[in-house]
Amino acid sequence: MTELRSRAPYVLVAPALLAIGAFFFVPILAALALSATDFDLYALADPDNLRVVGLDNYARLLADPVFRTALANTTYFVVVAAPLSIAVSLGAALLVSARLTRFPSLFRTVFFLPVVTTLVAAAVVWRYLYHPRLGLLNRALAWLGIAPIDWLGDPAWAMPAIILMSVWKNFGFNMVIFVAGLQSIPTRLYEAASIDGAGPVARFLHVTAPMLAPTFTFVALMTMIGDFQLFSEPYVMTQGGPGDATLSVVLLMYREGFRWWNLGYAAATAFVLFIIILVLTSVALALRKRAAGAAEGAAATNAGAGAATAGAGA
Amino acid sequence: MSDALRTCLLACGLVVLAAGCDADDDGAATVVDFWALGREGEVVERLVPAFEERTPGVRVRVQQIPWSAAREKLITALVAGTMPDVFQLGSTWVAEFLALGAIEPLAAPRFPAPAGGDDFFAGILEANVIDGTTWGLPWYVDTRVLFYRSDLLSRTGCRAPRTWDEWLGCMEAVRREASGDAFAILLPLTEWETPVILAMQSGATLLRDDDQRGNFQSAEFRRAFTLYLSLFERGLAPRGGEATAANVYQGFAEGTFSFLVTGPWNLSQFRERLPASLARAWATAPMPAPDGRWPGVSLAGGASLALWRGSKVKDAAWRWMQYLVEPAQQAELNRLAGDLPARASAWRELALDRGEHTSAFWLQLQHVRPTPRIPEWERIAAEIGRRAEAAIRGVETVDQALAALDENVDRILAKRRWLRARAARERAGDAP
Repeated sequence: MTELRSRAPYVLVAPALLAIGAFFFVPILAALALSATDFDLYALADPDNLRVVGLDNYARLLADPVFRTALANTTYFVVVAAPLSIAVSLGAALLVSARLTRFPSLFRTVFFLPVVTTLVAAAVVWRYLYHPRLGLLNRALAWLGIAPIDWLGDPAWAMPAIILMSVWKNFGFNMVIFVAGLQSIPTRLYEAASIDGAGPVARFLHVTAPMLAPTFTFVALMTMIGDFQLFSEPYVMTQGGPGDATLSVVLLMYREGFRWWNLGYAAATAFVLFIIILVLTSVALALRKRAAGAAEGAAATNAGAGAATAGAGA
Repeated sequence: MSDALRTCLLACGLVVLAAGCDADDDGAATVVDFWALGREGEVVERLVPAFEERTPGVRVRVQQIPWSAAREKLITALVAGTMPDVFQLGSTWVAEFLALGAIEPLAAPRFPAPAGGDDFFAGILEANVIDGTTWGLPWYVDTRVLFYRSDLLSRTGCRAPRTWDEWLGCMEAVRREASGDAFAILLPLTEWETPVILAMQSGATLLRDDDQRGNFQSAEFRRAFTLYLSLFERGLAPRGGEATAANVYQGFAEGTFSFLVTGPWNLSQFRERLPASLARAWATAPMPAPDGRWPGVSLAGGASLALWRGSKVKDAAWRWMQYLVEPAQQAELNRLAGDLPARASAWRELALDRGEHTSAFWLQLQHVRPTPRIPEWERIAAEIGRRAEAAIRGVETVDQALAALDENVDRILAKRRWLRARAARERAGDAP
């Protein structure tokens, strides 16, 4: 009986572990091995043409100006798009959760629509919007007396164009998580604050913000991780151009791996990106933990509520 | 997620169903799988019934693949061992698929040259020959010529240019004549074709040391590259590239530019998309040459048919390939898709050699040269386009761009050098 009971959990988790092992850890280990070779078109034809090169791929990668460009572009995207996307989704969440808003579920749906739209279809429409001569955006600018911008053709404007579209496409998802976070804040806290004479701004700063902090951390981390993996938007809109201005690390990896079949080099690119994301995530979590530790008393209850929200969101 | 899963299940179900159906009406027939790309994939189905009628016991199953995903799909299929028996491929890919061991050599006695096959265009046939062996049959051809606004040219007293100098003079004249913001020629910024054509005309060999290193800092390539860049510097070509015009056809119709260097696929596009009033206002001409030897060379391109090395029905597949390159089928393909036939006899049958817009292609096809036939070529070509774009945008000087080009191409070819050196060592080891 006790034996069965001690074995049961392992039996129950075994299928999940097996699936994760076979479809997650084995490929990762294979990719790690691949990144230590010069696996390419020739090796694809004949395994004899494969050379084990150790860390050579990584050394080449770090010295590769194209990789540095891709990393700089990706960082640009993360630094601008992630805060912008979080701000927009928080704003939208506050708006659709406000008591004065009529038809909140209608607006929630409308704001969420871009998330479920096929990216390729949306990209086609956005390409029309961005067209230098016929696009709606430049028409609007002309109406304001601003000279037309070659959105996707000018290296300086291509990344902002990608950011704008990406924020539009993705903010709805974070908005839903924020809405869930807002709903988990007990109404009595707002009532108590009102009785104490807090206005809307004070209520936001002293009730909403601290209660939403764990949700905020979760959303910020997920957005950062997602944004580092920028691929589809430039792949569909610009193919990395003009002049590599929108080339992201994942797009570079795709190009090396599946266009030129330098799978060893592409695998090394993937691992470098993985390490960057891992380090940044750990730093962010450590910072969060320290902040939480500093504000022990109040935060303890919040974190509990927030973790539940984050769990529901995930 | 669940949607993806459902689609997947549905697809699996359909595949099973399709397989089931096939098994039913095939009986003992040999099935030849054929992958055709883009427009040809849409129309080639119509050539199948006549073939099946003529060749009892053989059935052809056509699968259409979009051009943009073709290379990836073919290589993936190769790795997975699910290649079609016959496949269409860009003639510049032959070396790549040969290196992958995907192609059966087309040598007698089993695969003799097609009957009356000496009328294939020589430059195009050459693109399919590597180390003395034929690896693909040219299906249709493709090269680039000048498309120009004959009405705007004649206004300046220009005729179709035959030398680089005439061409430059003509472009200057056209632009002077035109209104304020017009240009003379549209050159997409990342396109490698035009600089490579000019380089071939100027006598450059793109690679050296038996195609193991880049040769882009040679005097010949530099001369062509400088000429190409000067078109942008003089304001003859827009630095904004394709975005300058709403679309190519509208820009051409509005006179935003009067010249294009482009291929046969634009013949039908020009007929369909230019306003009727301009139907007689455009013409085609072979490429100008740097010196008096007109016409200058252009690229040997197009599509070939290749036989998969692992095919179990090679003889049936070979009959299908031979059928497709017969002059009658080539003529039919031209009627269906507008493709230019790879054989002179089909041209004569369709009177394309005397056609208003096709005769320039006829002349040009006698003067075409293939790009280097090595597996790395696609990547090198993309690199040429990228460096050209950097130079056009002024990010790099000519010297920097060409030095970077040589350096990057040398790096791309590093594996090739290693393989060559190893093969040489092995030969040396065998000899004594």
